[in-house]
Formats: sequence, structure tokens, C-alpha cells
Amino acid sequence: MSLSSADYSAIWLTLKLASLTTVILLIVGTPIALWLARTGSWLRGPVGAIVALPLVLPPTVIGFYLLLALGPHGLIGQLSQSLGLGTLTFSFAGLVIGSVLYSMPFVVQPLQNAFSAIGTRPLEVAATLRANPWDTFFSVTLPLARPGVITATILGFAHTVGEFGVVLMIGGNIPEKTRVVSVQIYDHVEAMEYAQAHWLAGAMLVFSFAVLLALYSSRKTKAGWS
Amino acid sequence: MIIRASRFASACLASLVAVFAFGSAQADEVQVAVAANFTAPIQAIAADFEKDTGHKLVTSFGATGQFYTQIKNGAPFEVLLSADDSTPQKLEAEGETIKGSRFTYAVGTLALWSAKEGYVDAKGDVLKKNEYQHLSIANPKAAPYGLAATQVLAKEGLSDKVKDKIVEGQNITQAYQFVSTGNAELGFVALSQIYKDGKITSGSAWIVPASLHDPIKQDAVILNKGMDNPAAKALVDYLKGPKAAAVIKSYGYEI
Repeated sequence: MSLSSADYSAIWLTLKLASLTTVILLIVGTPIALWLARTGSWLRGPVGAIVALPLVLPPTVIGFYLLLALGPHGLIGQLSQSLGLGTLTFSFAGLVIGSVLYSMPFVVQPLQNAFSAIGTRPLEVAATLRANPWDTFFSVTLPLARPGVITATILGFAHTVGEFGVVLMIGGNIPEKTRVVSVQIYDHVEAMEYAQAHWLAGAMLVFSFAVLLALYSSRKTKAGWS
Repeated sequence: MIIRASRFASACLASLVAVFAFGSAQADEVQVAVAANFTAPIQAIAADFEKDTGHKLVTSFGATGQFYTQIKNGAPFEVLLSADDSTPQKLEAEGETIKGSRFTYAVGTLALWSAKEGYVDAKGDVLKKNEYQHLSIANPKAAPYGLAATQVLAKEGLSDKVKDKIVEGQNITQAYQFVSTGNAELGFVALSQIYKDGKITSGSAWIVPASLHDPIKQDAVILNKGMDNPAAKALVDYLKGPKAAAVIKSYGYEI
């Protein structure tokens, strides 16, 4: 026995979800991380805490609040309905929103640390050379923060692949739309299909190990997430 | 050194055992795995049971398939109140239960439910209209109420028509949650979740005739871990008694 077509479509869906989530997080997370790394505002603490919340909260809490917020009586649900999109629960778009929130700290924090580590000196030098802020960002900050960007990308992707509780709460287990690998494994176990569960779970284990191995092997220093 | 340490450990263990044995002489505790759909009734029964027998009930709620896996892997449950009859049978065949302890404690009733008043009509015709976006059911592979729901859809000739509207909860609690939060307009739930003392507690519902699906027989069984626990036996006897029966019926189950 090996993987079924339902298993393959769950894998494909998971990769799609993780890729899209990672891209969105890199785009959204970079300005947040830059701001957190540079700002002297009193808001730094609260915003940092909000970004880190998913690290601490059980996924079921995030999932439950999302179920209410995305639902027909929730804020996001009413917004999406008034835009003619209907409600986003039980949809791929809903999972993307959930995953972006859920994996946020895994992308923002490595970026923030990398930006902090650069310090202000290279930016001041760039400014004296009359580089505009965009130019500085793309030719100085980003190259210097490269290891942090790589870490953020890998962690954001891997963490989304490993997501379970949030998807379970808002997904509705729909094949090819919201049935990701972790839910499919849970399904197999619940239905006592242990052989199929083993195949998928084994694949997940190998994948996770390979990702972390790549991450830890590529790091040259012991200086944490930078 | 090692011998002395292990002697010390066994002395500690012995005194611990003595303490627990003494504690349990008056009132025993019984660990029960309870199918999610039976959450409300068992809580009502537990209060009476503890008052009448002096034993204490420690309940865990969840999906039956999950309990099976946990029991096979050494979970400390002494009694299983299953959502089906096949899981207790399977456990019995595999030698995980006390022979002869299995019995049907309730027969479940399926209901088509909406959180909106007046949305579901008395005959369930709303199911045939195409006005809803999502129909919530419990996972048919793992939950008997989910399986019964798919049987009803097949019998009504709706399986293909509603295929793209079905959303699955992992168990009946989640199927209920999708409907109660309004994310799904309609859903097949256990009547026990929305029924108390002869009426629907909120929203609107169609009580699905039992002829439309296989009976949802819910069996209980004493597991090997409960072999020497008088509280396990007491609970099973209590569930067969008239007082528990009245509570079980008040939640819309048959017996």
C-alpha cells in the first residue's frame, strides 16, 4: 500500500497553502519587522506582543476566534459578504488568512532580528552616498539581512505545512479545498486506517527533518535567528 | 547503591499504593471515555450517580475513533461510552474489554438543524431546496452520526446534489459548532445536542425518521483497566437503571 490520490491532493494543497502563505508573509512581514527593528515608539512593545501571540496561543483558540470572525456575524465575515465574496470559512482563502496569522511570528521575528543586527551605521553610510530609502533597502538592508530572510522563508513555510488546529477549526475538511496533509493524517487515524496514516505521517517526518537539517546546517554562526 | 535505591523506591511505592487504596475504600473513581454526542446527558447523569453511589466520575469527551487508538495504546480509561456499536465490538474481539459487559446504553437520533428560527421545516424539505451554501456533517469515516447523515442523503437521492456543499466536522461537536456559529446554514447533528425536555432548545430542526438510516446504536463496555474497579461496574449498572434512562430519554435518545 502507498499514497492514494486523495493523499496526493492533500499534499499538493498543503504545498500550495504553504507557498502562498510564505509569499504573503514575506511581503507583509518585512515592513512590520523593519518597523519593529527601528522604531522608538511606545507601540513597539504591544505590536511585538501581538505578532508573537500565535507562538503562545493554542491553535484551537486562534481557530475558534477565526471561525467567529470569518463567520456571517463576524467582522471579517461581514466585510467579505459586503464585498460580495461570501463568508471565507470552509474556503482556501480562509485557510490562507488563518495561516498568515498563525505563521506570522515565524517570519517576522527572524527578519526583525536580522534587521536589528545590521544596526544604523550601514544605513547612515548609504544616506551620505545619497541613496534613497528604497535604494538603501534593496541594495544594503536586504542583502545584509539575507540569512534572516532565508530563515524566515523556511520557518514560515515549514510551520504552515505543520499547521493543524486552525485548519481543523475553520476548514470543514473539504477535499482539494481545505483538506491538508495534517488533517488527512488525522482522518486516517480516526478511521483506523493506520497503514495510510503511517505513509503520510512518515513523509511528513522526513520532510520536516530535511527542512530543519537544511536550516541548521546552513547556519554558520551560533548567534541565534540571524 | 542501586539495590538500596530501588528498595527505597518500592517502599515509597508501597506506601503510595496504601494511601490510594485507603482513599478508594470509601469512594472509587472511574475514568470514562465518552462519545462527544453524549456530553450533556452524562454530565446530568454524573451528578445523580455521584450523589447516589458515592463514586466519582472522571470524564473525557471525544471522537470514538480517537478513543479506540488511545485505548489500544494504553489510555487509562475504564469504561467506554461509544458513539457506535462497532468500536466496542472490535475492542471486545481484540481482548481489550471485560467479556459480557457490552450493552446498548442509548440509540441516537439524527436531526437536521439550523441556528435560525423557522429555517428548517417539519419535513426537512429545506434540504432539497438549493438555498443554502454549506451543509455541515460529522466525518462519516469516523463518526456514526456522520455516516447516518450520508445514508439519509443517499436515501433522499441528494448525495450528488449536495456534494459540493458538504463541510465536515471531525466529530459531531464540531459539526454542531459550524452550524451554531452560522458558518453553515444547515447541518446534521445529534438530537441530544439541541434537545432538552421534549423540545428543541434553539433554532429550527427536522428530527430525521429512524427509517432513513441504520440505527445509531451506542454501546458501552467495561475496559480491561476497569476490571477490579467497583465504580466501573456501578456506573454500567446505573446506566441500565430507570433514573439514567429517564435522563437519556429527555435528551432525545431511544433506549
